Amino acid sequence: MAASTAAARGARAPARTAGHRWHRLDRTVSPYLYLSPFFVVFGVFGLFPMLYTGYVSFTAWRADRPGSEGQWVGLENYRKLLDDPFFWNAVKNTLGIGVLATVPQLLLALGLAHLLNYRMRGRTLMRLGVLLPNVTSVAAVTLIFVQLFGRDFGMVNWFLSLFGVDHIDWQAGTLSSWSAIAAIVTWRWTGYNALLYLAAMQSVPFELYEAAALDGASRWRQFRSITIPMLRPTILFTVIVSTIGALQLFGEPMLFSQQQDPTTGGSQHQFQTLALYSYNQFWGRFKYGYGAAISWAMFLLIVLVAVVNFLAARRMRGAE
Amino acid sequence: MPVSLPRTGPRGRLLATSALLVLALTAVTSCSSSGGSSSADEDPNAKVTLTVNLFSDFGYADLYKEYEQAHPNVTIKENRADMGAHHQNLHAHLLAGSGTADIEAIEIGQVAGFQPEAGKFLNFLDNGVSKDQWVPSKTAPASSPDGKVLFGLGTDMGGMALCYRSDLFQAAGLPTDREAVAALMKDWPSYLAAGKQFLANSPNKDARWFDSGGNLFSAILAQAPQGVYDADGKVVVTSNPAVKQSFDLVAGAIKDGESAGIQAFTPAWDTGFQKSQFATVACPAWMSYEFKANPPTDGGKWDIARIPGGGGNWGGSYLSVPKSGKHTKAAAELAKWLTAPEQEARLFKEKGYFPSDQALWTQPDIAEHTDPLFNNAPTGKIFSQSARDLNPQPLGAHGAEIGTALGNALTSVEQGKADPDGAWKQALKDVDNIVN
Repeated sequence: MAASTAAARGARAPARTAGHRWHRLDRTVSPYLYLSPFFVVFGVFGLFPMLYTGYVSFTAWRADRPGSEGQWVGLENYRKLLDDPFFWNAVKNTLGIGVLATVPQLLLALGLAHLLNYRMRGRTLMRLGVLLPNVTSVAAVTLIFVQLFGRDFGMVNWFLSLFGVDHIDWQAGTLSSWSAIAAIVTWRWTGYNALLYLAAMQSVPFELYEAAALDGASRWRQFRSITIPMLRPTILFTVIVSTIGALQLFGEPMLFSQQQDPTTGGSQHQFQTLALYSYNQFWGRFKYGYGAAISWAMFLLIVLVAVVNFLAARRMRGAE
Repeated sequence: MPVSLPRTGPRGRLLATSALLVLALTAVTSCSSSGGSSSADEDPNAKVTLTVNLFSDFGYADLYKEYEQAHPNVTIKENRADMGAHHQNLHAHLLAGSGTADIEAIEIGQVAGFQPEAGKFLNFLDNGVSKDQWVPSKTAPASSPDGKVLFGLGTDMGGMALCYRSDLFQAAGLPTDREAVAALMKDWPSYLAAGKQFLANSPNKDARWFDSGGNLFSAILAQAPQGVYDADGKVVVTSNPAVKQSFDLVAGAIKDGESAGIQAFTPAWDTGFQKSQFATVACPAWMSYEFKANPPTDGGKWDIARIPGGGGNWGGSYLSVPKSGKHTKAAAELAKWLTAPEQEARLFKEKGYFPSDQALWTQPDIAEHTDPLFNNAPTGKIFSQSARDLNPQPLGAHGAEIGTALGNALTSVEQGKADPDGAWKQALKDVDNIVN
């Protein structure tokens, strides 16, 4: 670097115009070069697999039919998807678990952020502490939750039995399995969202609270009328990010399953999410074309939900 | 918010950036071009690290040490994954043409799915292996359809037996002697009738008759002449009456409360062994590791008798050497050594894995072997008898997945989510989704 800078300095005097051209080239090209590592990596590991999956989804390719590779079937896989009860079941499960996992999570995070914003002893430690669940691995967390939600000897059932509730087979029921999976997601992501809210809360001007307090507003009133409106952009951001995360839910339901094939999402597919179903068809059944079509349908669904989210956000901003 | 572009600095920055980019790109391309080392002109004494991918403990740890001592240039590294994940990964890596280990295990229920890819594995027939080491029912599924390629060396096989808790039997007034148990439960209906008797008379009300419906179903169906595939490779779940009969038999027993409803191979299953939640388990030879690892905490004892109905095979595995591995020659030598009769005999005596080498079944130290884990039961005699009684079933590409779908249906009956009829219909939809 030092040598090349020296060389550059030396070159400037004799050839002013050449130096000028270099200078202009630097201005126009180097920003792209700085950005390019991201785009190269994204192209190799993001865009190419996505486009290739798109191509595969138009073929009849499956491992148990030799020669089906590259056999073009147009939209046939997508047409089949529309009458596939397993697909719609997976859509329902994904959305159901998504709502159960996202709504309480964000509300909890908001409350937690509010508490962390108070002046108290060991505040930094606590702020770091809420992020701990997020840095542990999905697999480890889920395996522990599976034990907690055990039917015969799980701690959750033991606790509920103190209140006279019969042992619940958490994997068996639709709502019970959804709730258990939502609990895992909530445990991992609440702290993360709380920190985002906390950061936003700290940028709220203190004078607003002072003025409100002078006007006799209670803590709760201050939270509702100052904190929440000031946090609106952050809340929208977390809603969109959490929704996208929820629609891609994979590791938790897979490891929560106690069936021999964990990709079936329970004995009757009661918690088989879209990502799990796609994996099940692609790597479990080796229906490459069909599995790819599910992935793309899932992608389109995520885009759709994100657009709806975005439009709703714009309306809210317009209403302000 | 407008993003302010950095003011242009000395052009050295541009040079440095482009140099970095070139470096990054060469790193990417050089990654993809490596790994093509040929194995044909391999030096037999060169240092090699052989990777072995398994889906459970095959009991190889001591054998590795012995092999490494005899071959100082070889280091062996074993990786384990879940049964399902292991085979899915192997399919994926064969498809991609890289990423396979030097030796990959394949389970018998999954092996048919690899037949179309026989060409991607080393052919052991070209590497000094004779098919005669095994019974034809063991080699046929790991061969190409024309029989010219043998891509899997048989390790163990899952000869079947019935494991039972003699202390719980005694408390419930059932016979405890092996012969008497086998005589009382000659077939599955009489086994389930004994289960009703057990539930009625056992003072331990937490113990059920068997662990899980899916497991029992596998054991029962394994004795039929045909399972879910016929000899032409067609799925016969609906047309083979044995499938529905086995399903109904198990579903009825679940309704009678005989099942503990605990999924096999889960932590809850381990706990079930420890806490005496079931009195019998249909146990293939390789399952003995589970009994060893989870002794009953109440001091109870397991014993082992002939399986009701006689015969049957559940599980058993192969070792294969994918051609995409880096050291195929050295890997083939290791795989051959691990599956050779001497090592197979040791694995049975030390770990309980019953050998698929047919010559061993009559060898005295195998045939007369007794196992202290099961109250000194003559496991050698029981499992070799079961292996001889075996009528091999035709296998198919989706056998394991179809078995899982039927097992899941029985789980849903155990969970009270579905009645037997509804569960059967759901299973047929699953089978349709697997096959079509």
